[in-house]
Amino acid sequence: MSENVAIIGVGHSKFGTRKDVNIPELCWESMKPAFETANLEPKDIDFFVVGTAGMWSSEQAVPALIAEYADLAPKGSMRVEAACATGNAAIRVGYTAIKSGLADIVLVLGVEKMQESPNPTIIEMIGRFGSYFWEFENFGLTFPGYYALHGTAYMLRYGATEEDFARVAVKNHYYGAKNPYAQFQKEIDVETVLKSPYVAWPFKLFDCSPITDGSACVILASEEKVKEMGIEEKVWILAQGVGTGTANLSRREDFTSLASARFAAEQAYKIAKIEEPAKEIDGANVHDCFTAPEIIAYEDLRFCKRGEGVELIRNEQTYIGGKIPVNVDGGLKAKGHPIGATGVSQAVEAYKQLLRKADPGRQADVRNGRWLTHNVGGTGHYTYVTIYGLEKR
Amino acid sequence: MEKEAIEKFGLPIVQDEKSGALQWVDLRELKIRYTISVENTKNFFEALKEGKLLATKCKCGRLFFPPQKDCPSCMKSEMDWIELKREGELETLTVIFVRPPSFSSYDPYTVAIAKLDDGVRILSWLKGDPKKVVPRQRVRVEVSQRKEGYLMFELVPI
Repeated sequence: MSENVAIIGVGHSKFGTRKDVNIPELCWESMKPAFETANLEPKDIDFFVVGTAGMWSSEQAVPALIAEYADLAPKGSMRVEAACATGNAAIRVGYTAIKSGLADIVLVLGVEKMQESPNPTIIEMIGRFGSYFWEFENFGLTFPGYYALHGTAYMLRYGATEEDFARVAVKNHYYGAKNPYAQFQKEIDVETVLKSPYVAWPFKLFDCSPITDGSACVILASEEKVKEMGIEEKVWILAQGVGTGTANLSRREDFTSLASARFAAEQAYKIAKIEEPAKEIDGANVHDCFTAPEIIAYEDLRFCKRGEGVELIRNEQTYIGGKIPVNVDGGLKAKGHPIGATGVSQAVEAYKQLLRKADPGRQADVRNGRWLTHNVGGTGHYTYVTIYGLEKR
Repeated sequence: MEKEAIEKFGLPIVQDEKSGALQWVDLRELKIRYTISVENTKNFFEALKEGKLLATKCKCGRLFFPPQKDCPSCMKSEMDWIELKREGELETLTVIFVRPPSFSSYDPYTVAIAKLDDGVRILSWLKGDPKKVVPRQRVRVEVSQRKEGYLMFELVPI
């Protein structure tokens, strides 16, 4: 048993269109720096977890693939899938394996090579992340469509506009431009978003995160191992909350919030003894697969009251220097969203921010030594909220 | 694309247009089509033919839509099939412009969620111009024929 678990190594591939590498090569691109920062070798790993949603890419047995490619065989492994929350679900498995005492050092890899399939095939597959029969088969919902239903409901209730949503994209592109690993390293303005074609009203192309290839890797260790190895550079997993939502949106009460996210957040806050998140956390990575859900996340995470999320973005309060910086690595919107890698990428960002290793122009002020990640699978079908800290609990 | 490559180079390898990186084009195409059991919800589909919308109601009083066979509240599976009122209020909508290939024969369609007067919510296509609906628009559930020739419910503004 280990009461505390730390991230002791991180790695991140370049996100984007990666026609230059195959799946194991893309995995190794983030695994190698993770081994290097942890000062470990493959033989030191007790257990490894691979988060990958797959389907659109050729190789499905990714744990075995990397066991072969990176000399991890014959150690134990597990493949994890939780739609777009796959990455943080993989961290959950590694975290609990160490907490329970079954492993001391766990490698967690998130990977997706979505562009092995053409875009229409991906649109076809990703629309099936809700209730297949009652939503996709008969009504052709797409992934942007699921969240657009929430965006519309939010606009109706709180008077937000398409321009407000666009401001989220502008912020995330602003920081993406400062992140060398981001898919889009280019700033945009509100006009660019508003002029882009509709994908699922009210969302336009620039309200949507892209289809991305990428991998991210973290190495987790027990408190005992951290002591034994004398590791100085690390961040602790202070708390994790997990929630699940109904498959059918029609079985939910409200479309201006995600119940699973509120549940996961409160669970994590309780464990970490956080009462006023915006004051006690230095920054966050939230699941901005589209623009509106970032605003909804502000509220589900209690960075502000319900209905006031739109004010946060209007007043630039989620930029560095504001009330609470959010997605200052570009978020899913600009950094890219390789489904299985996203949650792990958020953990890599938490490590970098807390250890003040972020790139110039996107380092937040670290005062409390705490960073939050919010990773949502489907449309609130699964939510993982994880709080990282410089000091253990 | 791969056939040309095989003829030219003897291998299904092509150059990626943008990056120039070499790509092996998979020859083993996969088509997936599921068969989904509706044995326990057949009443729902039978009723659609009569223009009715059915839900299941447990003896304990819990109402289920979409209909389900088992009740997790009282752990029983003794459902009554009841007809819903088919009128309600629109809660949210979206217009799907970028469609999945399997819906490419349709023009952009509106997907909406309404709360029916019976208390359950329903997700379906909304008929007509989405610009003409107002917040909390009253809607009726009607059954209509799809392009593929089968019957499905839709929301129609009143």
